[in-house]
Amino acid sequence: MERTIALAGNPNVGKSTVFNALTGMKQHTGNWPGKTVATASGTCMWDGCLYRLVDLPGCYSLLAHSEEEEVARDFICFSHPDAVVAVCDATCLERNLNLVLQILEITDRVVLCVNLQDEAEKKKIRIHLSLLSERLGIPVVGTSARDGKGLADIFHALSDLERQPYFRQITRYPDILESAIQEMEKTAADFLPDPSIARWCAVRLLESDGYFPDAPKDEKGTPLPEIPQIRRKLSALSVSLSPQGWNAEKIRDCIAETFIKRAETLCRECVRFEDPQYAKKDRKLDFLFTSKATGFPIMLLFLFLLFWITVNGANLPSSLLSDVLFSVEDWLYDTARSLGIPETVYAPLIFGIYRVLAWVISVMLPPMAIFFPLFTLLEDFGYLPRVAFNLDRCFQKCHACGKQALTMCMGLGCNAVGVTGCRIIDSPRERMIAVLTNSLVPCNGRFPMILAVITMFLAGNTEGFAASFLPAFFLSLVIVLGIVMTLLASRFLSGTLLKGMPSSFTLELPPFRRPQFGKVIVRSVLDRTVFVLGRAVITAAPAGLLIWIMANVTVGDVPILTYCTDFLDPFARMLGLDGVILMSFILGMPANEIVLPIMLMTYLSQGTLTELADLQVMKSLLVENGWTWITAVCVILFSLMHWPCTTTCLTIRKETKSTKWMFLSILLPAAMGMVSCFVFATAARFFSGMF
Amino acid sequence: MRDMYICLSDLKPGESGVVTGFAKKAFLRRRLQDLGIIAGTPIHCIGKSPLGDPQAYLVRRTVIALRKKDAAQIFVREVA
Repeated sequence: MERTIALAGNPNVGKSTVFNALTGMKQHTGNWPGKTVATASGTCMWDGCLYRLVDLPGCYSLLAHSEEEEVARDFICFSHPDAVVAVCDATCLERNLNLVLQILEITDRVVLCVNLQDEAEKKKIRIHLSLLSERLGIPVVGTSARDGKGLADIFHALSDLERQPYFRQITRYPDILESAIQEMEKTAADFLPDPSIARWCAVRLLESDGYFPDAPKDEKGTPLPEIPQIRRKLSALSVSLSPQGWNAEKIRDCIAETFIKRAETLCRECVRFEDPQYAKKDRKLDFLFTSKATGFPIMLLFLFLLFWITVNGANLPSSLLSDVLFSVEDWLYDTARSLGIPETVYAPLIFGIYRVLAWVISVMLPPMAIFFPLFTLLEDFGYLPRVAFNLDRCFQKCHACGKQALTMCMGLGCNAVGVTGCRIIDSPRERMIAVLTNSLVPCNGRFPMILAVITMFLAGNTEGFAASFLPAFFLSLVIVLGIVMTLLASRFLSGTLLKGMPSSFTLELPPFRRPQFGKVIVRSVLDRTVFVLGRAVITAAPAGLLIWIMANVTVGDVPILTYCTDFLDPFARMLGLDGVILMSFILGMPANEIVLPIMLMTYLSQGTLTELADLQVMKSLLVENGWTWITAVCVILFSLMHWPCTTTCLTIRKETKSTKWMFLSILLPAAMGMVSCFVFATAARFFSGMF
Repeated sequence: MRDMYICLSDLKPGESGVVTGFAKKAFLRRRLQDLGIIAGTPIHCIGKSPLGDPQAYLVRRTVIALRKKDAAQIFVREVA
């Protein structure tokens, strides 16, 4: 037997946590509204029955003002899941019940899952689950999914739903409206292939004067509002209702209010707040994180701390890894020679593929594997919505949406994820701005490179405290520059290609939660490592091979590689870079992690050095190839602003459904980067020539 | 008499009010209703962002941030 179960609920109630706990999957979770933007599905077995679980995006209602709501509504209304598990946050049940009541209007196969019982317990919020179940006429279970508590009860409730009769208590409207709805319902039921949604359709028809996009169709394929009988019924009803003041607007308001008021009544009966000051800690933290005096300093402090821990934590594993990996390289080389393997076979394998992989792992992986879990902890705690709250004014000035700050935060992890995350922005214009500018935040694959360059050229000759302080400080500056550039680009776009005024903005600031330290750290370190390694093997290995071949195949005594870099060189010099750097950025397009390794590899193949043990040796290689602090700054600027990686480009095309916008998302940051590099290099050369 | 029709955006941090209605064509109306903001709902301003806008409001035990221009669409009666 197979059953499809939809998981629905408000944003940020732990739906994804419930989903992961049930399916054993690793859908990324975080404490901010809108984390799940696409539906995920997974399966699990329980009591001999195969359950297919669908994690719907979080929404506040099914009345479809946004893409997520539309996805959730369509799935519940038209995909006929065997049951819907409505997940609620026990600490703010009242607001959550609004959606549950709406779902209940569509289907009677609903299980209410009151999640985050542990948080409610802490705040001394008591919920009378059995009374709630009686009032709603559906099974109600209490869970705290993070600790795996109560999950089995969900399955018990699902099978209860099959076996014993429950009589859902649908929400009744004021009499005059209720009788009109029932009349409409009867007419609609005759035409619907699935009459169970007739009441829901009747309400939609009445509240909108028949304007009902994506309405269900009858058997002949005519949409409901276009069926003559329905239209006649509708106008008859509005003739009788409107003299009494019941126009569409009043009906809409009345419907919304009826749900809200019923949720209020239910909570008054079933929920007891034993500690009236239960949210005191949240309010104190909110004051700390968002007040005029402390809001921005704390934000910058968090940013700095994140990088400080990353930088210093990465040093040791980085040098250990490179020692090990490069001694393995020597060993491979010796073994290959002693086995008599011809050089044309082992050289590309060892000096091409293996070496690039070794660099990706030793230089790029440790900072990535440290930064990501730290950031996830901050996310789990609930800090990110406060960032959006603090920065919203700036985005408003740029005619964009404050939630763009959330998508930028996601971009710090991975720009492709950030681009998908832009779905949380309701206005299409503002969403497009967020998509196009997302790559101006350096992703996890880029900042280890920025960090390496900073350590080598800008903060290298310091000792003690400064040595641990400066790289993190410069890196934070780079991120701040990325934010400024994002704002400038957003302003530019909303004044030119994407003209318009800022739309409305509602953002929930969820309660703070204690992050799940152990779970987050273990999972994100492992996931990150596996992900980076996987991508490195797929992209770095062929790139390494390609470079080796280009460096060793010669046309008239000059390697092909030199032809390419010489060709790019004049243009790159204008930008303060050189041909090798620009070529590495081009070849590194499949994954930003491999840009620096490709660069080193290319210099190496043209120079005399054969081995790179640490950053100091790496620096001497770069200096030998003409790098100065100006080159370093230009490389940093260019890695902050150039084309997005291939994955991000493809994601942008998927999200915008347009190749044109994808090209713009490549052109925009590339142009910004080129102009910045050119201006900086020209100015710096001019001034350094003066002194 | 300041008690009749002030806007939600006029509430300062620490002040409370009860929603009395929406501006005629409030664009946000449905969204606000979904968040539980209807006539008669008590609402409390708990703070503003460092740059002064948006402000954060406590409604039905959840915290919602609204921009000033959106909050100006909501009428409230101030309560002590």
